[in-house]
Amino acid sequence: MTTGKVTGIISNLVTVEVNGPVAQNEICFIDLAGVKLMAEVIKVNGDKASVQVYESTRGLTIGCPVEFQGYMLEATLGPGLLSSNFDGLQNNLATMEDVFLKRGEYTKPLDDNKLWDFTPIAKAGDQVIAADWLGEVKEGWLPHKIMVPFAFEGTYTVKKVAEAGQYKINDTIAVLTNADGEDVNVTMTQKWPVKVAVGSYVEKPRPFKVMETGVRTIDTLNPIAEGGTGFIPGPFGCGKTVLQHALAEQADADVIIMAACGERANEVVEIFTEFPELKDKHTGRSLMERTIIICNTSNMPVAAREASVYTAMTLGEYYRAMGMKVLLLADSTSRWAQALREMSNRLEELPGQDGFPVDLSAIISSFYARAGYVKLNNGKSGSITFIGTVSPAGGNLKEPVTESTKKAARCFYGLSQNRADKKRYPAVDPVDSYSKYLEYPEIIEYLDNKIEKGWVDKVTKTKYIIRKGKDAYEQINILGDDGVPMSYHEQYWKSELIDFVILQQDAFDDIDGCSPLDRQKFMLDLILEICDKSFKFNNFEECMTYFKNLINICRQMNYSEYKSEQFEKYLGQLKEELKHE
Amino acid sequence: MSEKAFQRIYTKLTAITKATVTLEAQGVANDELALVAGRLAQVVKIKDKSVTLQVFGGTEDIPTNAEVTFFGEPPSLNVSDDLAGRFFNAYGEPIDGGPAVEGEKRQIGGPSVNPYKRRQPSQLIPTGIAGIDLNNTLVSGQKIPFFADPDQPYNQVMSMVALRADVDKIILGGMGLTNDDYLFFKNEFESAGALHKIISFVNTTDQPPVERLLIPDMALTAAEYFAVDKNEKVLVLLTDMTLYADALSIVSNRMDQIPSKDSMPGSLYSDLAKIYEKAVQLPDGGSITIIAVTTLNDGDITHAIPDNTGYITEGQLFLRADPDSGKVIVDPFRSLSRLKQLVQNKKTREDHSAVMNTSVRLYADAANAKTKLENGFDLSDYDLRCLDYAKEYATRLLAIDVNISIEEMLDTAWELFGKYFTKAETGLKEKLIEKYWRGEA
Repeated sequence: MTTGKVTGIISNLVTVEVNGPVAQNEICFIDLAGVKLMAEVIKVNGDKASVQVYESTRGLTIGCPVEFQGYMLEATLGPGLLSSNFDGLQNNLATMEDVFLKRGEYTKPLDDNKLWDFTPIAKAGDQVIAADWLGEVKEGWLPHKIMVPFAFEGTYTVKKVAEAGQYKINDTIAVLTNADGEDVNVTMTQKWPVKVAVGSYVEKPRPFKVMETGVRTIDTLNPIAEGGTGFIPGPFGCGKTVLQHALAEQADADVIIMAACGERANEVVEIFTEFPELKDKHTGRSLMERTIIICNTSNMPVAAREASVYTAMTLGEYYRAMGMKVLLLADSTSRWAQALREMSNRLEELPGQDGFPVDLSAIISSFYARAGYVKLNNGKSGSITFIGTVSPAGGNLKEPVTESTKKAARCFYGLSQNRADKKRYPAVDPVDSYSKYLEYPEIIEYLDNKIEKGWVDKVTKTKYIIRKGKDAYEQINILGDDGVPMSYHEQYWKSELIDFVILQQDAFDDIDGCSPLDRQKFMLDLILEICDKSFKFNNFEECMTYFKNLINICRQMNYSEYKSEQFEKYLGQLKEELKHE
Repeated sequence: MSEKAFQRIYTKLTAITKATVTLEAQGVANDELALVAGRLAQVVKIKDKSVTLQVFGGTEDIPTNAEVTFFGEPPSLNVSDDLAGRFFNAYGEPIDGGPAVEGEKRQIGGPSVNPYKRRQPSQLIPTGIAGIDLNNTLVSGQKIPFFADPDQPYNQVMSMVALRADVDKIILGGMGLTNDDYLFFKNEFESAGALHKIISFVNTTDQPPVERLLIPDMALTAAEYFAVDKNEKVLVLLTDMTLYADALSIVSNRMDQIPSKDSMPGSLYSDLAKIYEKAVQLPDGGSITIIAVTTLNDGDITHAIPDNTGYITEGQLFLRADPDSGKVIVDPFRSLSRLKQLVQNKKTREDHSAVMNTSVRLYADAANAKTKLENGFDLSDYDLRCLDYAKEYATRLLAIDVNISIEEMLDTAWELFGKYFTKAETGLKEKLIEKYWRGEA
């Protein structure tokens, strides 16, 4: 193995003089008086390797010995990942003893001694390739597939699969024979370099299904596809976190992976405190059972922050290969980009816009490209839906991270300061936001079947009313209440009706917080029915009072159990009001 | 901080900037302290034999043959119960004429709490100020700054909040405090009879700016001692973090780093996060709550310092003068407490969050009406009622000179709803209206 010694230190960028070959992104350990600090090679120049250290470099001196490992940063994959809290390097945070994170303390991601109930799937004589299913263990409710390791190249013949029974993750559960006739043992765990996309699938078709989230402004107005990508940019205080948590709680997915990348630690605490208590609306089980947290909060070492999103994606790819529907949420990708910037800065690279590295756009798009809906070798399918948040500096969307992400992601949920100031939550801007999936013929057809024929036309119409309302509002503001025709007021108030009843949603209300698709359809139909009417008001105050009353009744409906007695009571009230226009 | 017994003295500087010096030295560790011509300095960069030090006191009149000695360890603070009631400078040396504090020596800027060991903050910190308690409720373990223009009374409000809060220790980290403000704090603490639970680390405007960089870590090391070792509830006050960030930019500039937005270092986010993330609710009952001040330039929150701060902290309290009521208010639009839902309706009355949202929404309607008025349009009856409501809401609830219980705040809000609006206009849930509505049926 190559070794070396430290020759330079600036914060967490360390220069190492090496005595042999080193690879880009190779992992090494720096020995500081017995404490091993993990680091990654990010640049090589002659016999000098620049490494980014995943820990504080306090106390490091020139001459400290370095050992190179010959592998890249890897994720450990196997049963037991669900419900775990990992840091960006996949250390298990729950098994660390100290209150404080100790430098150089690395914990195993998985429990080596836990016994899992194994059932074989493959049998002797089967021809298999990487990611094919050999057997299954129950990870909570989830049928966790034990696969041919992703790193295996070519075709193998199954020589033996273990009988049903209890095994530990490192027990051999299958023996495979390769093309050269050599036998290889397979256990229930494997490793994979996080920065390399797992390619073990047959094809990646265009997404054609919609992922239900229970958030009206997303599902109704700009739905995200299963296997699709989206991003949520917004200034601080506009509700990014609340929206992300709502998605994590409600989305119709099998596995949720949350990468808390350079964000607040208390937000992670909220997840692992509340999720065990909350019920998954789809399975009725505790939410934590389907959740994995990758937590590299803002005060944890910057270099590991960059790793955390890759670790999260790799775990997602692992579950996707089992035929699972994975939702990956990364909060916030801007912090990841900033980590890249800090390092590029210390490397004295020529900076691009705002000091970010020039290849930022390429890095972001190749990351988003790892999401997607895939067909597996066995005919089954799996998906990773990825939604990242972006924290634009000063709330200005004309900055490199937002612009680069816009090129890569297909859904845009822009949070508006203006809406947040008015407490119109979720503050997703209905005019600027979009979902490219609404243009996909596959998605239109899917919604035709899933909701009703012509649904997307209704959505388009709704957006049209919102835009018209905005125009009318601007005219009213310029010309005054009395300076515009009555129809402008009507137009404006119809858009307000949509805003208050469809777009706005109380994330903290037990009932309003999550709105299933059938309920969303019912409410949209109801609101569009009102919008289709033309009213005759004598003056604008009459118009305002009338619509405020309608809004109030509809909101009471939103707060009531769907189709309950109370709900029907308000519906009756509404119908009554609509009679005398 | 003493020097080692047998240590080598270097006397040849190879480079000097306004904030740093460079020399050739051996066996030097990253982050360790040194004395350069009698001034404290810290290692920030090592390249082969060449070591760059950041000199806290500035490099004015330091000669190239200045004596340099290394301490072999990073900055530290002696911690013990004797810290209570004392005033220190940025180096942790007493400035109140008292003796040096005996105790365990702890490195400052230590590691972070394992996120998994944290607990969810859940204890309300009442302040009596409705702009805070009603709209932006504080919770212990939270980190939140005041955003204010330099002419706002942020230090007064902060000391008021601190003295009313039910905590075991208050730790003041003063960065670039004017001497007047320093004496103000000292006087306030003394006259409140609270000196015994207060510890202050102070850097005033007449001291070198780079020294300020040590203040937050000093204050938080003391805070961690009381919160982690003694399970106490600690409140840390940091003022003014804008001046701290300015000091960061001075150092990074002298080290030829490429600046990012607003000539701030690219690492500003991480640098600030390391401080603010020390706020924590610990499993054994101790907690660190951080209330800071970030001064703004003419209310501009898009500047890199408030902007990065906003992404790190759990909300912000925005102070501004309200011309209509003539009071300084906590702006309900720009202020936010991200942890408020952990206590609202749970530790407070069931109608709290609904009342808060409605009162702010009506205040927003008043702002719209005001714009209409300014543009010379006729106002509707509703607009006029909104304007009257806004004035009374600002005076009786948003103003910082209010000191009432949360129950009283809620009652006052219901009173205003009943006085100016119909039930439908408030859009409140019927269940709450039935129970709390005051005014005509």
